[in-house]
Amino acid sequence: MDEDPVDALVATAPDGIDFDGLRVGAGTDGYTFETPDRAETGLDEAGLREAAAASPYVGNWYFWHAVAPQTDARWDFLRWLEGSAEHAVPERYDALDDGLATEWGQLRVTVSLDGTAGRRYGLRHVDDAETPASDLTAHEDPLDARELAKRDDDGDYRPLKTAPSLRTGWQFPALGPADLVEAVHAFYPATVQNWHREREGALDITHWHETVERQTGIYGVVRTWDRGEGYEHVNWVAEACCDDSQCLKRREWQYDEETELDVAGGDGEFPCREPCSLVIAAARQWTKLEGEQTRTYEFELTPSEKEQIEAIVDAVADGESEDIREADVYDGANRYRARFLRAKLFDEEGNLAGVETDD
Amino acid sequence: MEQALVIAAHGSHLNAESSTPTFTHADTIRATGAFGEVRESFWKEEPHFREVLRTVDADEVYLVPLFISEGYFTEQVIPREFRLDEWDPELWDSDGTSASHATLTAEDTGQTVHYCGPVGTHDSMSDVIVQRAKSVTDDPDVGEGFGLAVVGHGTERNENSAKAIEYHADRIAGMDRFDEVKALFMDEDPEVDDVTEFFESEDVVVVPQFIADGYHTQEDIPEDMGLCEDYRDGWGVPETVEGHRIWYAGAVGTEPLMADVVLERAADAGADVSAAIEQVRGETDGASATGD
Repeated sequence: MDEDPVDALVATAPDGIDFDGLRVGAGTDGYTFETPDRAETGLDEAGLREAAAASPYVGNWYFWHAVAPQTDARWDFLRWLEGSAEHAVPERYDALDDGLATEWGQLRVTVSLDGTAGRRYGLRHVDDAETPASDLTAHEDPLDARELAKRDDDGDYRPLKTAPSLRTGWQFPALGPADLVEAVHAFYPATVQNWHREREGALDITHWHETVERQTGIYGVVRTWDRGEGYEHVNWVAEACCDDSQCLKRREWQYDEETELDVAGGDGEFPCREPCSLVIAAARQWTKLEGEQTRTYEFELTPSEKEQIEAIVDAVADGESEDIREADVYDGANRYRARFLRAKLFDEEGNLAGVETDD
Repeated sequence: MEQALVIAAHGSHLNAESSTPTFTHADTIRATGAFGEVRESFWKEEPHFREVLRTVDADEVYLVPLFISEGYFTEQVIPREFRLDEWDPELWDSDGTSASHATLTAEDTGQTVHYCGPVGTHDSMSDVIVQRAKSVTDDPDVGEGFGLAVVGHGTERNENSAKAIEYHADRIAGMDRFDEVKALFMDEDPEVDDVTEFFESEDVVVVPQFIADGYHTQEDIPEDMGLCEDYRDGWGVPETVEGHRIWYAGAVGTEPLMADVVLERAADAGADVSAAIEQVRGETDGASATGD
């Protein structure tokens, strides 16, 4: 990295270079130096150096071979961030001059040039795109992201890293390429690797059935989830947990290799390759609850009371109960409305309409 | 190719601080530069056991479970989730506290994984318990006139759970440092609830063998021992219970010297980390640093 890009180019020329529009070679009649807008042959070393020094293609080649992390997934991710597959070096460098921005889940990644052979990456929450840097807490160590990812803006714990509840108010103003990938990993672990595997056609998906089959201990019970209607239950799990409103990963796992689930997998950039530990833990609870038989309860509700119960379930399921205005008694899930319903319909033991659960 | 370290810990869906000791010890080891990469991984958090190896570049990985005892997690869950398909508990040839390491291949990534025994059953864990007693009493010479209670969860489902606790209690008793050393448990006899009945010493240090502070170490053990009526009210260190001064240490896993045990596990499996061990011991064991 301390090497001069032109020195590196001269040293590598005998091996040949063909990268992002830059072609360099060495033959008996001297060096060749080609880019889409110029082609020179028969150059002596001074001529090669002169051609190289004036070309952004050289800094670009050097960055991607001597500065950026060389492991496939990280390299591919960093290339994707600046649209290297779609944009040639000159237009890409023009864009990088201004700073290019890409979204990765709720992360906003900016890339800009750092000299001709470097990149500087900025990282912040997408909702902070327009927030002045002085209003954001600046971080340098990519591992600080582990702490930032831990709690949401309300201070509540986020057990699922890809939940769409990433806190705001922070930024990493100037990360190098390796540190940028580390920070992304700390926010969204393994997403870069699984995304890369998917692009290579090598994503190893473990479907529901296979995942529950390997469960043991207290989770062994989820194996019985496959009873009766089979995958219909799994659709409910996916609808409950794997929606874009709950997780930014795009669900790629299905019931099994042959049986797709009915519910959509979401639109996230990075794939979900198997049911996660939260899904399994929730499914364990549902497995136990779904083992119960239905029974008939009889009580009377007004039409509005029935609709109010539906509104309460919706508000809680969509995480919207906090957003209902204090005095909005027109909303069935309003707190005063719910308290009135409880005062009217619950007995001292908390039984709806005085009907005992186990009667 | 550089060597990598992966620490495997339980983590939690409910408690944000469960992973904190894992991060802290990983950071301590990371700072030594002994490994090209150091990664945390969790059963309940991300990166999950299932995914972490694909984030590691090295072909050779030392995998150290940040668990207290050998048993279900170390013998079934971790090898299965890391796809160490050739795993067989016989490879450790352990009596319940003597696991060292086994070398396996991860099926999904092809990496060579040196699968180490858990930190909790390594001999150097005894030093961490003693260090915890020093930390909580703020006395590097603590021992004479003191009793030490090593507290485990205990469970009928895993006999190794109690073995790991008794193993260290016996080892520390053999050091002749404390007047009395007892192994006590939450869920089996002898129970930590009756801690004062088991000691003649007026001063008793209580060190729970848990990786992270959480429900057990910060709520039910303090209440069960009578340090407080309600854990939310907190307790003193020491707190007087039935004429004994109880020096409650909280989870042993939060002791900085735990990073050393992780390194010792990797060293036993062949990792070249002797300089790092020396550095970490110097930084995290105040008494050793001054020649104790």
